[in-house]
Amino acid sequence: MDAHGPLSSEGLVQLLTHTGERVEHDTYSAYAADLTPERLRQLWRDMTLVRAFDMEATSLQRQGELGLWVQSWGQEAAQVGSGRVLRGEDFAFPSYREHGVAFTRGVDMPDILKIFRGLQHGAWVPAEHHFHLYTMVIGAHTLHATGYAMALDRDGLTGTGDPERDAATICYFGDGATSQGDVAESLTFAAVHNAPIVYFCQNNQFAISESVTRQSRVALADRGKGVGIPSVRVDGNDVIACYAVTQWAMQHARSGAGPVFVEAFTYRMGAHTTSDDPTRYRSKADEEFWAERDPIDRLTAHLNAIDELPQDFQTDVAAEAKELAKRTRTAVKSWVRPHVLEMFDHAYAEPHATVETERAWLERFERSFADAEA
Amino acid sequence: MTDTLDKAATDTEVSTVTTMTMASALNAGLRAAMERDPKVLLMGEDIGALGGVFRVTDGLHKDFGGDRVMDTPLAESGIVGTAIGMAMRDYRSVIEIQFDGFIFPAYNQITTQLAKMHYRSGGRITLPLVIRVPFAGGIGAVEHHSESPEALFTHTAGLRCISPASPQDAYDMIQQAIACPDPVMFFEPKARYWDKGEVDTSLVEQKLSSADATAALGRARVARAGEDVTLIAYGPTVRTALLAADVAESEGTSIEVIDLRSLSPLDSATVVRSAKKTGRAVIVHEAPTTYGVGAELSARITEEAFFHMEAPVMRVGGFHLPYPASKFEHDYLPSLDRVLDAVDRVMTH
Repeated sequence: MDAHGPLSSEGLVQLLTHTGERVEHDTYSAYAADLTPERLRQLWRDMTLVRAFDMEATSLQRQGELGLWVQSWGQEAAQVGSGRVLRGEDFAFPSYREHGVAFTRGVDMPDILKIFRGLQHGAWVPAEHHFHLYTMVIGAHTLHATGYAMALDRDGLTGTGDPERDAATICYFGDGATSQGDVAESLTFAAVHNAPIVYFCQNNQFAISESVTRQSRVALADRGKGVGIPSVRVDGNDVIACYAVTQWAMQHARSGAGPVFVEAFTYRMGAHTTSDDPTRYRSKADEEFWAERDPIDRLTAHLNAIDELPQDFQTDVAAEAKELAKRTRTAVKSWVRPHVLEMFDHAYAEPHATVETERAWLERFERSFADAEA
Repeated sequence: MTDTLDKAATDTEVSTVTTMTMASALNAGLRAAMERDPKVLLMGEDIGALGGVFRVTDGLHKDFGGDRVMDTPLAESGIVGTAIGMAMRDYRSVIEIQFDGFIFPAYNQITTQLAKMHYRSGGRITLPLVIRVPFAGGIGAVEHHSESPEALFTHTAGLRCISPASPQDAYDMIQQAIACPDPVMFFEPKARYWDKGEVDTSLVEQKLSSADATAALGRARVARAGEDVTLIAYGPTVRTALLAADVAESEGTSIEVIDLRSLSPLDSATVVRSAKKTGRAVIVHEAPTTYGVGAELSARITEEAFFHMEAPVMRVGGFHLPYPASKFEHDYLPSLDRVLDAVDRVMTH
């Protein structure tokens, strides 16, 4: 592999080695200084719960309760580490695999499955969580995140001189998305408008079956450099480094210094979705290599090494994970399809004559069967 | 046309008929086209080792290599735009757009460039691209994976738009589309990919060598003859129409089913001939009826067969809504009940 290519480890910021040893970085250690053992345990809990939810959703799909599931397995550190940096008026724009970020934004996890059970297209209120809806069209939302950032700036929420008040957006997308025109246009807009946005690219190495080498000859972080956006590569399976780098990037954006591009180098442990078959395009050895770099295991190793992961805490989190899984299963099975006429709701903000005519027609049509049976 | 095909079939001594799914018929058709012409290339996302998300290109990467079966960067506009450039050096790219709802990043290249190049070059540049679009719904998918955007392309001059409804047509039409010098939008009814049917692989050579090869690609097919009502469908709704014809027959109504096969050009002659015969027409498609292919058909029938009609032309299709969450899709899509209801209405008008 090319030493500067999209699979190289060149320049990756790491604060926790894959065996769990804490290492220092000249720039970014300072941004992890607030991660006390107590907070590290919380990150460990977050990641454990997110994974438990993910595994439960996978089994629900396998049992026919969901049409599809998109696993976040393996990307918990990138998602939780970055998500836990957000606060106040910050706003996150996910792609569709960011269940870990959803968790940090307070989305009730079972709600996500309303999308995958085919009940709704959007299953939470974005403004409540400062977490936009999932976007399935690759890269399209990066422009929305950029525009939202431009509006934050316009509204005087950037570079106020009061760091507690400043806000920025963070936009999540994958390695495949970097090829889309919308993403290139986003970077251009953010750069020329000096927009307060952090582009958080999770390079999980695969766009469904295609290796990231089909998308780029250089590290993905270099995409930012081309338009003058400072870029950082971070070990995406190192939750401490992901937190620290995002903390730096968000502070940079909030302060009015402009956009940042973060590439979190990680690995999609599961299939692209439950419809996918990774045995067709990657090796078992590759999967095993990355299993040894598991984001939760390495934090476990670190916390054990500093004697900060007591057994009773682990027991409590395990119970919490079990409860979340159970609650998820119960919720999913309890959801019934709303009345058919609800499908006509919300196509427009105000009544639209065509829609109203069709709704009335379907109501009469449905009633004709009921009348026939009566 | 039907006569010559029947003759070709009987003249064949060794059986060239096999049972295939539509997906495998497309695969075989692509393979035959690639073997016939080394300038034929496949381009798309995940069409290589994975064989496409629907496995339509399964095995082709292995047999023809990455230079001819290209896993492209994830950029639909880029795929279509670069295929246009390659076509200027005589390459014939067959593009797979992964799902209907993902075609829109390429919409600019398709409508402003691909569709217009021949016209604006005064006929000097031909762009024989085929854009395969797995389209339509009914498979319980998440959003953007079940849409029927064909009217957006039939409304665009410069594109031919076709849709097979059977494995035989899939096998033949993909090869005819590749041979056609014009750009072809090839809409594949994804819910029908796994339906099996007999495919006679010997028919296509004659179709390709015929003097009116391109014109033949634009012809509709009478899928079932009938007397009382003309039911017009294409792609995924041909099966619904044939089912409706079975049910109606048991209730004493004889339905003629027309499988359009081509949406642009539209085979008005076949449609109008049938409408004049039956005096009643119902059009069925999954796309919203508002400003859809059915509206065009209805207008044609009205213009050309008005005095033969016993009832207004009816349309059965999707509602004027974004494609709904999948638990609603069977109420959104034109069901057998809704088709039969329209048949009743034209019969009792």
